[in-house]
Amino acid sequence: MTPALETIGLVKRFGGLVATDNVSFRLEQGARHALIGPNGAGKTTFVNLLTGVLAPSDGQILLQGEDVTQLRPDLRVKRGLVRTFQINQLFAGMTPLETIGVAVSERMGHGGDWWRPAGGSPEVIDEIVDIATRFHLTDVLEERTSSLAYGKQRLLEIAVAFACKPRVLLLDEPAAGVPEADRHELLSTVAALPRDVSVLLIEHDMDLVFSFAERISVLVNGALFTEGTVAEISTDPRVRAVYLGESVDE
Amino acid sequence: MNPEHRRIAAKYLADKWRWKPLEYVFWLAALAAVWLLPSHHLILNEIMITGLFAMSLDLILGYAGIASLGHAAFFGLGAYTAGIFAIRVTGDPLLGLALAGFASAGLGFVTSFLVLRGVDLARLMVTLGVALVLGEIANQLTWLTGGADGLQGVTIAPILGKFEFDIFGRTAYVYSLIVSFLLFLIARRLVISPFGLSLRTIRDNPLRASAIGTPVDRRLIAIYTVAAAYAGIAGALLAQTTQFVSLDVIALHRSADVLLMLVIGGTGYLYGGFVGALIFKGLQDVISSWTPQYWTFWIGLILVILVLIGRDRMNLAVATGLARLRGKPAPRPRTIVGDR
Repeated sequence: MTPALETIGLVKRFGGLVATDNVSFRLEQGARHALIGPNGAGKTTFVNLLTGVLAPSDGQILLQGEDVTQLRPDLRVKRGLVRTFQINQLFAGMTPLETIGVAVSERMGHGGDWWRPAGGSPEVIDEIVDIATRFHLTDVLEERTSSLAYGKQRLLEIAVAFACKPRVLLLDEPAAGVPEADRHELLSTVAALPRDVSVLLIEHDMDLVFSFAERISVLVNGALFTEGTVAEISTDPRVRAVYLGESVDE
Repeated sequence: MNPEHRRIAAKYLADKWRWKPLEYVFWLAALAAVWLLPSHHLILNEIMITGLFAMSLDLILGYAGIASLGHAAFFGLGAYTAGIFAIRVTGDPLLGLALAGFASAGLGFVTSFLVLRGVDLARLMVTLGVALVLGEIANQLTWLTGGADGLQGVTIAPILGKFEFDIFGRTAYVYSLIVSFLLFLIARRLVISPFGLSLRTIRDNPLRASAIGTPVDRRLIAIYTVAAAYAGIAGALLAQTTQFVSLDVIALHRSADVLLMLVIGGTGYLYGGFVGALIFKGLQDVISSWTPQYWTFWIGLILVILVLIGRDRMNLAVATGLARLRGKPAPRPRTIVGDR
């Protein structure tokens, strides 16, 4: 079967520094795949290459078998490649209702529609409420995003991505900075993502990786170090040496 | 799905585009001034035009987050286009207005690509630069623009062949009011649309806007072009109602003044430009009759006070600073974990 997302020999150089070193990676349909690696391993650069924020120096990116290497970021989103951010990237002056609504209308192709009022069509409202319910945001729909509790902002971060109807979802440390009390709510929504969405989880938190992922890829110094099932990776002594060993205190 | 949540969401969105009582008050007052303030039509005309100009700046600054120090480029181009068109082709005001709008839209479209290149400071410089270049062109093309003497001999035919411009400015004010109101209606429609909402996402966070599939550059080009057209029409209104165009229409101080007015009136709700123009011109009128040479001192002071007290961003900065001083976490904690 065609992988949901594939990279072939992906390279990114910043001057003399090779941040992404010949990465050939496959994300299968419906996968629950984690990408781990020590700080500075190039995980975020890799995500930026996938989403089109950065242009690769060499190599190819295939989304559902189609070459998207040269495609603009917003067009990749329209084809179903959506990400969340490690540090919240939200719209501070808007409400969760508007934020989700904007993503929904953009996905439906109404984003450039300037004559009809936003939220005029019942299907948009239905979908906003659906998503807000799934991500436990119905109680804060009308509050300013900047005044939301951090845990809620984290939920909104994922809800916005989900509103784009991803076929491939890149979750960049979804639980980063979430207080212990709100963690369960967040992790349960992540675990409840529909199976037809292929998920790549970029994560530091090993508990989350081991509970969520079925396969794990390890990135070290920009290159793919190894890949395998959770059992293989968690018992691999080399992985322990380069990564797990040094992150015990995290 | 909980129908209660659905109802709340639908109501919230519907409230956004419902006309508020104050909006009726504003436009009815503007209309009532036609009969109630007959001796002030000249200044009211100027305020209405300046308000429209400031609203056009609000479209890019308040909604899309593009700061401009050269918005008078479009105002000036519109004024000169309307003036020259009246002298050389025909004095029909509506044709001149439309042409001015298209000319400025064209300039806006072309220069929007320069604006896209940078962020705040670069944008200020680019917009300022465009206005300076255009101002100098207007100064040099004496045969066309009259240069420093201004464009003389503009005569405007009656509107629709019926309503002649009078020396008391009554027709002028009604004309500017109707044009401004129609343009306002379109702008109001535009800012509550999905397009308008997407502009606000770009203003708040262009990175994320792009990550939810918004073609950021195209949206900015579109709104910059629309705002330029609006500014051009405002300029044309001034040229037509005063039947004169001078280099003043494109001068740096006009770009700066309109920015001041918008900040005084408030950005991001469309009325800020009109309110700011009213306050600015009103203050100018009152203070300059009291102290003709130093009125800008008071305007400046008011502006400083306004910015100091009225902005919630300032409040948050203060709150964060205080919290830090006390060794407590900032009001809104954020992760600072760095990763490439």
